[in-house]
Amino acid sequence: MLYSEKVLDHFSNPRNVGEIEDADGVGEVGNAKCGDIMKMYLKIDKGVISDVKFKTYGCGAAVATSSMATELIKGKPVEDALKLTNAAVVEALDGLPQVKIHCSVLAEQAIKSALSDYYTRQGIDPLPIVGEIKEPEE
Amino acid sequence: MDKRSIYADNAATTAVSEEVLNAMLPYFRTAYGNASSIYKLGRDAQRDVEAAREKVAAALGAAPAEIFFTSCGSEADNWALKGTVETMAKKGKKHIVTSVFEHHAILHTAQYLEKHGIEVTYVPVSDKGLVSPEDVKNAIREDTALVSIMFANNEIGTIQPIAEIAAVCHEKGVLFHTDAVQAVGHVDIDVKKMGIDMLSLSGHKIHAQKGIGALYVRKGIVLPNLIHGGAQERNKRAGTENVPAIVGLGVAIEAATKNISEKNVSITAKRNRLIDGILKIPYTRLNGDRDKRLPGNLNISIEGIEGESLLLMLDMYGICASSGSACTSGSLDPSHVLLSIGLKHEIAHGSLRLSIEDDITDEDVDYILEVLPQIVDKLRSMSPVWEKMMKGESYE
Repeated sequence: MLYSEKVLDHFSNPRNVGEIEDADGVGEVGNAKCGDIMKMYLKIDKGVISDVKFKTYGCGAAVATSSMATELIKGKPVEDALKLTNAAVVEALDGLPQVKIHCSVLAEQAIKSALSDYYTRQGIDPLPIVGEIKEPEE
Repeated sequence: MDKRSIYADNAATTAVSEEVLNAMLPYFRTAYGNASSIYKLGRDAQRDVEAAREKVAAALGAAPAEIFFTSCGSEADNWALKGTVETMAKKGKKHIVTSVFEHHAILHTAQYLEKHGIEVTYVPVSDKGLVSPEDVKNAIREDTALVSIMFANNEIGTIQPIAEIAAVCHEKGVLFHTDAVQAVGHVDIDVKKMGIDMLSLSGHKIHAQKGIGALYVRKGIVLPNLIHGGAQERNKRAGTENVPAIVGLGVAIEAATKNISEKNVSITAKRNRLIDGILKIPYTRLNGDRDKRLPGNLNISIEGIEGESLLLMLDMYGICASSGSACTSGSLDPSHVLLSIGLKHEIAHGSLRLSIEDDITDEDVDYILEVLPQIVDKLRSMSPVWEKMMKGESYE
């Protein structure tokens, strides 16, 4: 399994690990049976993601994609986070092995899941804004 | 503590020993003759191939004429299964018996044979990772051509009751093959006393090079060729002999099978210290029978973490290990071996296999026992699964 230096860096020194007690949105995707779970916490002030934390159970790529995804959205407007794609996460990590691409999809979905929760808490239907959260197939 | 460099993955492969390498070197530049050639350079090569064959035979309690060199253990497995099935199908025997937790060289060959009209019974294994001779006996039918049960499992190291299984096969007049790739050099093997009809082995697990293996075929059993061509290996396996690798295998197997029980005493003691130390980490379990296992093998599931992450972290501390996690194989399912002994997927994902040899020091063991709990703590602290476990919530 060939991981890029960036993947190994984000795996060994993951950014933004942890929880946010008073998060405005929390999302969790994946399941332990498949070997990957990502949990994202968002703090949102005036439409901007002021803080983001994650916890991940999974392989090196799962940890690295979670870490990179949080870096890519931290300090950005919610609109930007909504547009984050798994491909952008992969690119920022200088690529992923083919069999690990699903980890980047999971990272994208984890952020969307947290944003859905944020909108739901605001009394706004998240579906038209965020779209459906895809769960990995068992 | 200073970073160390510890190779604890000898079940994956081993380093070529100095002794083996030195024995091999002349055959690249000086004694490079083709063993089929008539002149002295060729005759010498043939003589040395035959000397290696004698060493392999002696290590197994077999006769030299019963040993056939192959390119690897997988080839030996393929040959034993496909060859036996081809011969026996002509006698109307179209069924084989194997176990659910064989190496893929057996399992995927069996599945291939199923596609070609052969029926296969996969006997289960116990939660300790042991095949029951009784189950094998019950699986044998009138039309059974072959039983193939591995000598020792490659992941959990459990040693199967080979002599008993061979006995029930012979009681029913069925041939018995064993994949002994993991067992050779770690367990005393005598094919005659144990009643083994065919046995596969591999060189690179016992300090020979990669790309050499052998199949023992008891005298009287005639296997059709798997590889056709020249007259090498008494017309049974074509292809110019890999003379340096064959010579190396001879030296390696002689060294590996010398004083096995003596070597095992110290390896087992270190292995047990690792097991006891690692099991002090909460929410861990040893996979496979504790006593009926290869002396250097341990396989432990660590809940709340995933195996590949664990291996990457261990690598950062200089420790080479292995896991049955799905992520290490690139598939979605974790190891079929761990599932076969009843582990849930989520537990199997967090497994660690260490396979040590006598070069491991007490300081190495101390280092692993110091480093591993730190790594587990770090991974658990960022694991949502662990968080749920600690809150008493279900995470399935």
